[in-house]
Amino acid sequence: MARYLVRRLLQAVAVLWAAYTISFIVLYLLPSDPVSIMANGGQGEQNSVDPAQLAKLRAEYGFDKPLIVQYVDQLGRALRGDFGRSVQNGQPVTTTIRQALPQTLQLAGFALVLAIVVGGGLAFLATYTRRRWLGEALLALPPVGVSLPSFWVGLMLVELLSFHWRLLPALGNAGFSSLVLPAVTMALPTAAVIAQLLAKSLKRTLAEPYVETARAKGLRPITVHLRHAMRNAVLPTLTVSGMVVGHIFAGSVVVETVFSRNGVGRITATAVDFQDIPVVQGVVVLGALVFVAINLAVDLLYPLLDPRITAIPTTVR
Amino acid sequence: MGETAMTEPLLRLDDLSVSYQTSSGLARAVDAVDLVMQPGEVVALVGESGSGKSTTAHAIIGLLPGSGRIDRGHIHFGGRDLAALGDRGYRSVRGRQIGLIPQDPTVSLNPVKRIGEQVGEVLRAHGLADRRSARIEAAELLDRAGLPDPLIRMRQYPHQLSGGMRQRVLIAIAIAARPQLIIADEPTSALDVTVQRQILDHIEELTRSAGTAVLLITHDLAVAADRAQRIVVMSRGRVVEVGPTERILADPRDDYTRRLLRSAPSLAPARAPRARAVPAESNTPLLVAENLVREFALPRAPGRPRTIRAVDDVSFSIGRGETLGLVGESGSGKSTTARLVLRLTDPDSGHIRFDGEDVTTAKGQRWRALRRRAQIIYQNPYASMDPRQTIEEIIAEPLRVFKVADRSGRRARARTLLDRVALPESVARRKPAELSGGQRQRVAIARALALTPDLVVCDEPVSALDVSVQAQVLELLVELQADSGLSYLFISHDLAVVRQIAHRVGVMRAGRLVELGFTADIFDAPAQDYTRELLAAIPGQRYAK
Amino acid sequence: MSEPLLEPLRIHLDVEPAPEIDVVRRRGRTFRFLLHRPGLLVAIVIVVLVLLAAFAPGIFTSQNPIVGVPAHKLQPPSRAHIFGTDELGRDLFARVVHGAALSLKATIIAVSVAFVVGGLIGLLAGFVGRWVEDVLMRFVDVLLSIPGLLLSLAVVTALGYGTIKVAIAVGVASVASFARVTRAEVLRVRQAVYVEAARSIGARWYAVLFRHVLPNAIGPALVLATLEFGTAILAVSSLSFLGYGAQPPAPEWGSLISDGRNYLANSWWLSTLPGVVIAAAVLATNRISRALDGEWVKQR
Repeated sequence: MARYLVRRLLQAVAVLWAAYTISFIVLYLLPSDPVSIMANGGQGEQNSVDPAQLAKLRAEYGFDKPLIVQYVDQLGRALRGDFGRSVQNGQPVTTTIRQALPQTLQLAGFALVLAIVVGGGLAFLATYTRRRWLGEALLALPPVGVSLPSFWVGLMLVELLSFHWRLLPALGNAGFSSLVLPAVTMALPTAAVIAQLLAKSLKRTLAEPYVETARAKGLRPITVHLRHAMRNAVLPTLTVSGMVVGHIFAGSVVVETVFSRNGVGRITATAVDFQDIPVVQGVVVLGALVFVAINLAVDLLYPLLDPRITAIPTTVR
Repeated sequence: MGETAMTEPLLRLDDLSVSYQTSSGLARAVDAVDLVMQPGEVVALVGESGSGKSTTAHAIIGLLPGSGRIDRGHIHFGGRDLAALGDRGYRSVRGRQIGLIPQDPTVSLNPVKRIGEQVGEVLRAHGLADRRSARIEAAELLDRAGLPDPLIRMRQYPHQLSGGMRQRVLIAIAIAARPQLIIADEPTSALDVTVQRQILDHIEELTRSAGTAVLLITHDLAVAADRAQRIVVMSRGRVVEVGPTERILADPRDDYTRRLLRSAPSLAPARAPRARAVPAESNTPLLVAENLVREFALPRAPGRPRTIRAVDDVSFSIGRGETLGLVGESGSGKSTTARLVLRLTDPDSGHIRFDGEDVTTAKGQRWRALRRRAQIIYQNPYASMDPRQTIEEIIAEPLRVFKVADRSGRRARARTLLDRVALPESVARRKPAELSGGQRQRVAIARALALTPDLVVCDEPVSALDVSVQAQVLELLVELQADSGLSYLFISHDLAVVRQIAHRVGVMRAGRLVELGFTADIFDAPAQDYTRELLAAIPGQRYAK
Repeated sequence: MSEPLLEPLRIHLDVEPAPEIDVVRRRGRTFRFLLHRPGLLVAIVIVVLVLLAAFAPGIFTSQNPIVGVPAHKLQPPSRAHIFGTDELGRDLFARVVHGAALSLKATIIAVSVAFVVGGLIGLLAGFVGRWVEDVLMRFVDVLLSIPGLLLSLAVVTALGYGTIKVAIAVGVASVASFARVTRAEVLRVRQAVYVEAARSIGARWYAVLFRHVLPNAIGPALVLATLEFGTAILAVSSLSFLGYGAQPPAPEWGSLISDGRNYLANSWWLSTLPGVVIAAAVLATNRISRALDGEWVKQR
C-alpha cells in the first residue's frame, strides 16, 4: 500500500510538472515577444514602449537567455513557490492569488455542495419514481441546464431576484446573502452534468442482474435503490470528479465577473485583460493542482468504496 | 378445471398472457399459458430463445422488465392471485414464498457488498432474523448450499469467488426463507459442465429434503429429462406440450417437441455416431502441431506467478478430410490452441507444420498464403462481421483481399457460396443485424469457404445457437466436408456435440492435452479420470439408463 | 485467483422478445422518426435558421447592425424592432442575426481544430499502440488536467483578442476529450472479433484500418463533434462575454449580452433576448447530437 501511495504521488507530481510545462509553452513560446506584450499591458499599439525599458524588462525576466535556461530557471523558482511578479502591480503572483483564494473557495465549495445535492437528488428521484411522466420530465431538465450560458443565467437571476423582486443583493462580497446567486449560477451546469451522469449510471445499474436478485429477495424498493443500485452507480461517476471540480473552479472567472465579486476568477479575468502572463500562469497551474489533488483523493478513496479495486489484488480461487 | 384434486395445487397459471411494449407496438411474449404445479413437484419449462419461458418465470415472481405487462390471466399461488397483487403485497411473496435462482451467477451478486450480508438480507427483509442472528443463519445457509469455509466466505466479496461458488451463494439466498417454490432460471448455463452437474445435484438434494417445489427453466431438454418429473414445452409464447418426463421423451406428441428431441445431441446416445469412414491415412497429415506452448502475462501481484501457461506442450495432427474435436472447460486453452494453429497468435515455443511446410514463423507473404488455406469460424457470428457491410460484401471480402476475380465475378461467387450454405439469394443485400443467429453462422461458413481452404477451425461454432439450429449447422458442416474433403479443427465445450462430428477427440485441461484418441474410444473407454468426469457430466444420462 | 478469462464465457442468452427487424423504406422511416420526436424537429429547424442567419443575414433583417438611430435608443421590443434597440438606437435583432456569422464561424473553427487534432491523436494512439499510445495519452491526460476555460484563457493571453484567436483557444481546450473518445472507439473496434476475422482472411493492416476500423470508429467521434458544437458555442460566447472576442462595434452573441449588462435594471431585453437565442441554439445542437447518439447505439 505504501508503495502504491508513493507511486501515485509521484504520478501526480509528474502531471503537475507537465501542466506547468504546457502553460510555459503556451504563454512564453506562443507569442512572438512576451516582453513587449507584458510591457504593453495589452493595451493599444506596441511602439509606444521605450526600447530601454524593454531591454530592462527582458533582463529582469531573463528573456535574453536561451529558452531552455529560462525554462529551467522559472521551473526552479516555481518549485520554491515563486511564480514571479504581476506585471500590473509588481506584487508576487503567489501573494495575489493567496489573498483572493478564500473568497473563491467559499463560493466554489458552496456551489459544489449545491450541485451534488441538486444533481444527485434529481437523478435519484427521476429513476426512483414509478410515475413515468415525472421521471421523463425530471430527466428533461439536465440537458437544458448544460445548454444555458452561465453568464446569462447569472444576469437573469440578478435581473429578477435583485432588480425586480429585490430579494438578494446583486453584486459584491458582503455576507452569505451575496453568495447565493453566484453559487446557484455556478452550480447549475455542474448539477446538470452530475444529474445526467448519475441518472445514466443508475439506469444501467438498475438493469443489472444483481438488482433483480435484490428485488427477488422481497426487499423494499427504497432499499434496492439506495443500498444496491445507488452504491454501484456512484462509482463510475466518481472518476469525473476531478473534471467537475476543475470546471467549477474555472467557472469562477465568469461568475465573479458577472457578480463583480473579488476572487481568483476576477483576478484571472483582469490578468488576461492586461496580458499579465505570470498571473495567468499561476492560475493555470493552480487549476491543474486542484484537478490533480481531487483525482488523487478519489483514487486513494476508491478501493474503500469498490472492493474489486485494491492496491494488492487478493482474489481467492 | 373439472378435476377434483385432493390438494389445492401450489401454483396455477390460468390463461396467462404477457406483452412487451416495443418500438413497433406490442409484442406478445407469453400467450394464454396454463400451468399447474403441486407442492414439492419439480417441473421443467423447456424452450428455445424467444419461447417465453423466461418471461413466464419472471411474471410469476412479479419481476417483468420495464416494458413487460400482464395482459390477462391469473397466477394463483397460496390462495392468492399474484397477477392482481400490488408491489407491496408482492414483497411478502418474493424471497419469502418464492425464491429465485438467476441465470448468470457471475453478475447476479452485488459486487460491493459482502456475501454474508447479501444472504442475511433476505431473512432480515422478512423479519426472520435480526442483525446478529442473520449472520449466524447466513453462515449455516451457505454451509447447506455447499459452500466450503462459509465463515471465511461470508466476509468476502463476490469477485473473490468462482462462478460455481457464486451460484451456491445464490442458492443459499433462494432457500433462506424456506420458500414453497423455487424458480431456477437456467441456473447453470453460464457454468462449466462439471460444475453444472454438481450445482444441479445440490439444488435437487436441498429441495427434495425440504419438500420445495422447483420450476426449472432450461433450454436443454437433457437437463430437464434428468431433473424434472414433468416437462412443459414452450414455443413462441405458447405451451405446446405438457406431460410426465418419461412420456414426453418416449412419445412426444407435438411436432415441435419431436424436433427438439431429435436435435438434442446428448439425448440420442442410442443413435450411432454418424457412419462416416475415417479418412484413409495419407502420408503427410495436413496439419501438425508439435509441443506448442503459449504463455500470457498476468497482472503483477506479490505471491503469484508472473505468467500463466494457457497452452502447455500440446501436440496433435489433423489428416486431410478429418475432423479433430478439442474439448475442454473454460480456461482449458482450447481457443488459444485454435488461434495458434491459425497463426493469429504466436507460440512461445513449438512448431506448426501446414502441409509439410513449417509455418511457425511465417511472416508477410507466406503468412498471407497460409490465410488462403486455413480459415476460422467464430463462436459469435454476429461479432465476427462488420455491422456496416452487406452479407455479399462480407462473403466476398476474402476474394477481394486476394484479388480473386473482378467485381462481378466475386458477386457471382458470393451467390454460389450462399447457395452452398443453403441461404436464399435475397439475403445478399442485407446487413448482419437483419439475420437470425443460425443464418449468420451460415454466412460465416460461406465466408470461410470463399477461398476454398483445406482447413477450417471452428471455435465453438454452435454454442451460441438454439439446439434445433445447432443440429442444422452441424449437418451443413458435415455435408461440406463430404463434398470437398475439408479438414476441421472443432473446438467445443460440449462433448455431446463433438461426438456427433469428430473423427478423433482431444481433451484439454489447464492448457494440457490430457487425452487424444478416436471418438468411439474416448466415449466408450476413456483412459483419464478427467475425461470420465466430463463424460459423466453430460446431462440426459439418467434418462438413458 | 479466479479463472482467467482466456476464452470467452459461453452464455446462452434467452433474449425475449426475439429481436425482429423490420425493413421499411428508409425515407419513410426518417419521416416517421421525426414525426414522433417533435422536439428534434424543432431543433433541426432552429439549427437551419441559425445557419441561414450566419450565411445570409439579409433574409431575416434589412436593418443595419452597426449604425443606429440615436433617437430610437433603448426602445423595448415592438413591431418595428422585435428585439428592441440598444443604447445607440441599433436594432438588437439585426445585431443578433449578424452576430450569428461571427459566433458560428468561431464555433466551426473551434470544433474543427478539436476534431482534427484530437481525432488524429486518438487514432494514432489507438491504432499504433505501444509507446506511441503511452506518450500521446499521457500528453492528453495532462491537457485534461488543466480546466478547459483556463487553458483557453492562457491561449488568449498569448495570442491576443479576436474572433479567430478565441476560436482556436476554445478548440485547443477540447482537443483532449476528442483524443480520448477517438482512441476508445478505435480500441473498441480494433479488438472486435470482426477485425480479427478480417486479419485472418488475410487483409493487410491498412485495408483493415480503412475498411473496418475507421468507418466503425468515426461515428462516435462525429456524435461528439455535434455535442461539442453546443459546448463550443457556449465557450466562445463566454470568452466573448469576458471581452476577448471581436472588438466593437462588431456584434457577437457573447458581447451583446455583456453590452446589455449595464442597462440590466431598465432595459431587460438587451441581455435577455440574445441569451435566449444562444440557449436555443445550444439546446438544439445538443438535442440533435443526442438523437445521433441514440441512432448510433441502435446500429451497433
